[in-house]
Amino acid sequence: MKVKEFAEKLDMVILTGEKGLDKEIKKIYACDLLSWVMSHACKNDAWVTVLNHVNIVAVAVLLEISCIILPEGVDIEETTLKKAIENNIPILKTNMDTYEICWRTHEILR
Amino acid sequence: MDNSLKLHYEIPGDDFALAGEASSNVKKILTQLGVNPAIIKRVSIAMYEAEINAVIHANGGTAEVEIDSNKVTIIIKDEGPGIPDIELAMQEGYSTASEAVRELGFGAGMGLPNIKKYSDNFEIESIVGKGTTVKIEVWLKP
Repeated sequence: MKVKEFAEKLDMVILTGEKGLDKEIKKIYACDLLSWVMSHACKNDAWVTVLNHVNIVAVAVLLEISCIILPEGVDIEETTLKKAIENNIPILKTNMDTYEICWRTHEILR
Repeated sequence: MDNSLKLHYEIPGDDFALAGEASSNVKKILTQLGVNPAIIKRVSIAMYEAEINAVIHANGGTAEVEIDSNKVTIIIKDEGPGIPDIELAMQEGYSTASEAVRELGFGAGMGLPNIKKYSDNFEIESIVGKGTTVKIEVWLKP
């Protein structure tokens, strides 16, 4: 499923404009330790993290993650947003918690 | 590729906004060269971890990257405090990162073990008070 359709279905706010919305999401991954994410997340994952600083974009770029999802209303830092737009990485925001995001994603991706 | 491609990067200290730039750039080049994506992922992870280590622990450093038809060689060098006990530093879960750095999602004590895991050859040299040099080699051919 494309990021755009995914965001619409789960009623998430897209913070990065039109950038990267045609990327394909194959599954969801949730973790807040960057080294762990680096060695376990996969290409085309949607990644849920409460981290909001700029290095999440570097990790997403290196792993070819489809989009970053900020759960529970976590705010984004301005530098992160700028870097995400530059690198074509969509960032989505929602009030749902990580469990609910993963559960609902499973429902729509299966 | 008959000739090797040599790249040099400055890794700025304490600038998380730029940390990962060198690894991202190397990833782009390897992609353009048509290298197998699974190998690119290993190079990216190993180099990113080494780059982050230089930023977190050593106020930055340099990265020398050489790509030839057989392998990618990455040498990341810093003039930081050095590592007193490398064996201890190599243990998963051991970290000397500050609380502030941990809050950013780093400092899990997985950096060096990850580098070793994803390299075909890994060498580390460190002198306390002088700095640390990490050499990563990843073969491009099976």
